[in-house]
Amino acid sequence: MTLPGFPDAAPLAGLAGGVLIGLAAAIMLLGAGRIAGVSGIAARAAGLGGSGMERSSAWAFVIGLPLGALVIMAALGGIEASFASPLVLAIAGLVVGVGTKLGSGCTSGHGVCGMSRFSARSIVATLTFMATGFATVAAMNAAGLEVLR
Amino acid sequence: MNARAIVSLLSGAVFGAGLALGGMTNPARVRGFLDLFGDWDPTLAFVMGGAVLVMVVVWRIQPRLAHPVFAQAFAIPTRKDLDVRLIGGAALFGIGWGIAGLCPGPGIAALVIEPLGAAIFVATMLAGMGFVHLAERKS
Repeated sequence: MTLPGFPDAAPLAGLAGGVLIGLAAAIMLLGAGRIAGVSGIAARAAGLGGSGMERSSAWAFVIGLPLGALVIMAALGGIEASFASPLVLAIAGLVVGVGTKLGSGCTSGHGVCGMSRFSARSIVATLTFMATGFATVAAMNAAGLEVLR
Repeated sequence: MNARAIVSLLSGAVFGAGLALGGMTNPARVRGFLDLFGDWDPTLAFVMGGAVLVMVVVWRIQPRLAHPVFAQAFAIPTRKDLDVRLIGGAALFGIGWGIAGLCPGPGIAALVIEPLGAAIFVATMLAGMGFVHLAERKS
C-alpha cells in the first residue's frame, strides 16, 4: 500500500513496526514496571547514571535491540540503510548523548512512553526535539550538506 | 538471569524488531521525515502513531495492576515541572537526531545492519552521556 502523494512512504510497515514498539514498551512496563526509554537504559547499562533499573536488565534490553533487528533482517532478506560518514556519525552521536542525558530521554522514553500517558514534560520534550530536528535538516539542506551515503 | 532481565531482553528484541520493520534503522527514512519542508516522508509518523496508540491503552491497564508481573513496584517518572535543562537537552537531541538521522534505539539496533557506522554513533553517544554524568557528579 502506498500513500497518495507520498510514493516512497511505507505506512503499513511503519504502523506494524510502531505496534511492535508499543508492545515492547508494554512488556517492559507491565512485566518489569519500567519505562522503555532507550537513552536512559543505555546510560544505565554503561554505568552512566540513568534509572535505578538493575544493570542485568539494562544490558538484556540493550542486547535485545540488535537481536530483534537481526530477526527482521533475516525475515526480509536484508534491510536498506544509508548512513552518514564516520565523522558525521561521531558528531551526531555526541550531540545525541549530551542532549538525551540533559533532556532525560529520547524518542522512546518521551515520544512513545511519555506522550502516551500525557506527561507534560514528555510532550514538551517531544515537540522540542521534533522542531529542532526539522530545523536541522532544513538548514543542512539549505546549505547543500548531503550527509547520507 | 532473573525474570526481569528476561522480560527486558524480550522487550528489547521486540523493540528492535519494530524499529527495523518500521524503517527506523535507515537514517534516510528518519531524515526523510525530518525533511518537513522538502521531500517529506511521513512513515515515521505511522511508527510513532502505532506505538503511542498501543501505549495509550496500556497506561489504562497499568493502574489496575497492584504491581508489575515480575517486580515489587512500578518505577514511573513523577516530575511535572518544565525546566531549561529538559527543553535545552531535548533541543540538542533534536539537532543530533537531524544531523545523522539516528536516535539511541535505532543506533543500537543498527549495530547488526551497519556495524561500523552504528558503533561509532553509539560510542560517541555514550561519551556524550558520560560527559554530562561526570560534570554533574562534580557539581
